[in-house]
Amino acid sequence: MTTQQESPVSAVISIQVENESGALARVIGLFSGRGYNIESLTVAAVDESRHQSRINIVTTATPHVLGQIRAQVERLVPVYRVAVMTGREPHVAREMALVKVIASGERRADALRIAQAFRAHPVDASATSFVFELTGASDKLDAFIDLMRPLGLAEVSRTGIAAIARGAAIL
Amino acid sequence: MNTASHQTDLKPHAAGADTSVLSGAEVLLRVLAEQGVEVIFGYPGGAVLPIYDAIFRQDAIRHVLVRHEQAAVHAAEAYARSTGKVGVVLVTSGPGATNTVTGLLDAMLDSIPVVCFSGQVGVPLIGTDAFQEADTTGITRPATKYNYLIRRAEDVAPCVHEAFHIARSGRPGPVLVDLPKNLMVGPAPYSDAPRAPHPSYRPQTEPGRDVIARAVAAMKGARRPLFYTGGGIINAGPEASAALRKLVEKTGFPCTSTLMGLGSMPAGDRRFLGMLGMHGTYEANMATHGCDVLIALGSRFDDRVTGRLDAFSPGSFKIHADIDPSQINKIVQVDVGIVGDARRVIEMMLEEWECTPANTRQPIDMAQWWHQINEWRKTDSLGFVQDRAPGAIIRPQYAIRRLHELAIATGRDTYVSTEVGQHQMWAAQHFGFDKPNRWLTSGGLGTMGYGLPAAVGAQIAHPDALVIDIAGEASTLMNIQELSTIAQYRLPVKVFILNNQYMGMVRQWQELLHESRYSESYSAALPDFVKLAESFHGKGLRATCMGELDGVIAEMLAHPGPVVADICVAQDENCYPMIPSGAAHNQMLLGPGQDDEISAEGRMLV
Repeated sequence: MTTQQESPVSAVISIQVENESGALARVIGLFSGRGYNIESLTVAAVDESRHQSRINIVTTATPHVLGQIRAQVERLVPVYRVAVMTGREPHVAREMALVKVIASGERRADALRIAQAFRAHPVDASATSFVFELTGASDKLDAFIDLMRPLGLAEVSRTGIAAIARGAAIL
Repeated sequence: MNTASHQTDLKPHAAGADTSVLSGAEVLLRVLAEQGVEVIFGYPGGAVLPIYDAIFRQDAIRHVLVRHEQAAVHAAEAYARSTGKVGVVLVTSGPGATNTVTGLLDAMLDSIPVVCFSGQVGVPLIGTDAFQEADTTGITRPATKYNYLIRRAEDVAPCVHEAFHIARSGRPGPVLVDLPKNLMVGPAPYSDAPRAPHPSYRPQTEPGRDVIARAVAAMKGARRPLFYTGGGIINAGPEASAALRKLVEKTGFPCTSTLMGLGSMPAGDRRFLGMLGMHGTYEANMATHGCDVLIALGSRFDDRVTGRLDAFSPGSFKIHADIDPSQINKIVQVDVGIVGDARRVIEMMLEEWECTPANTRQPIDMAQWWHQINEWRKTDSLGFVQDRAPGAIIRPQYAIRRLHELAIATGRDTYVSTEVGQHQMWAAQHFGFDKPNRWLTSGGLGTMGYGLPAAVGAQIAHPDALVIDIAGEASTLMNIQELSTIAQYRLPVKVFILNNQYMGMVRQWQELLHESRYSESYSAALPDFVKLAESFHGKGLRATCMGELDGVIAEMLAHPGPVVADICVAQDENCYPMIPSGAAHNQMLLGPGQDDEISAEGRMLV
């Protein structure tokens, strides 16, 4: 029995790493070197006292490749633990976007109204522009950005996903 | 992110405050001594001058000056492979470090424990494009198991200790430590090996009882079982090979081996089928194809072994034991995956085998299987035609057979390194290895130029042993400068060149795949290897026909110093048997005349 053909699924790979020089480079170098895809990437220290950071990578791959990603990442020296979260593993995945809209008059009012409906907060405003802050699932952010497009969407900055398992399970 | 920080008990010393204060370079050497290092293979340069000065002022550790940094790594690899210790390399910054990359990746793919120290510009100069500055940790990251750029004096001792731990534990591999010059000059605190090394690094070496039990249950029920063993057995130490021999004996199963695993079973053992894979024996490949339980031990289903994947060992129940969990189900989906050190896996299989009744599933009746294997053996797939007339052209296979026979006759412990290509495969096929750690070859990366520096490393480790580099004339020119190292240290290395005036394996593939258009594979303008040997203060010999072969081999083996033997062999000889690329194990080419069957798909494969 050899590698079977399977269809790709979207997954968040959450990686707990030692907070040390080069740890992120090892992980992303492994992804590019072995031909795995990175759709989004977040990384930050999550436990200062134990020098640990968490990397979240969104990727799309077959279950076999996801298993390989986990195994290959797990064997990196500074990696503590790896979780692979697909639709089958209940988890929460959230992302933040800062969205700059340059508009005046009617379009400006429309943008503000839609922002309210999405619970996007204006965190900066000038006579001709807004910066909205919006947090949520990635598709909600996509929808908001699409709605802003005809209203003067000028620039978008997104964080990429942070994810965590639901319930008492921990990484 | 922060630099790796490690707590040490020692307070930082003030520079020059008292004479017991060690410099970073002295701390480095003290750690090496603590780690049991006896030999460093290296090449000096600006950034490592303080380390070389510290080497000059001590005599616990010997330094071997190579002639190229790549050779330092290959020498260290062979030193490690032939002793079971960690090989140590020291090179300067910039080009010194970049020259090691091939060697490091070679060690990575063959799982050889090596620690490479590279000089670096001083910490304040990092990132300024300073003279001989390179982003060494960046460049070597995918070529090493782990690497460090030391930025603080107090990290020198703990990181170097840890580097050895990481190199030798779990699946062994190369570790690089980049040492900025100012940290080697300035004072640094010494500390013992940390009790808890890198907190996230916890390789699993002890296999689970339950998976061993499942594996042995399948083995007990097997009618056509086969062990398929690899370099992991060699890495697990001679005890692992001893345990394997016992397991093969107890079970009565046939055993085949990868290129990297040769020597774990005695070549002449009646249960040993020879090497499997692209240039493996007919019986080994047919057994792999036809077995009903395949037990992979410390091997990794490399593409040279599997051939066409969807036809690899079809229908067999597959057991795979490896120390690296990422190898299991990587290429071939298996039924039982065992994570653990090969020695422990085999020992526990033996225990389980002994305590489980024989007929848990069905009585083992392997007589038929052995009968079938012996039928396959009759094919004599390693056979070749040698005209014995004194003026006849020497066949390379015959030259290796004679070399093997005459080497055995010396009664000396013999280590063989190779370069990469046809001669390497012929050596694997025809030079029978009876003990582990005697066979030094570049398997995973296939590095031409490996053999000569590897012979240096092996001879340094075993000064009284017979060390032979079975070489091709093209490969050996890639690191031929090491003849100078051999001369300097009076190493009695024997370089046995099978000279067919072609990059033979390239020529063979061009013949098979590209209608014999020998594009750039002819070894034009070769040196006179006899004069070359003499110019490097060694002995040069040449055999041009059958009548000269035995005399040259005998003279080479009897000579107490280094010898280069130029064995002029048949130019058109191809390495058979062969699984052509894209084909299955039961579609082997056994000799010339079957060459037109390579699929379009196969032509795409390396």
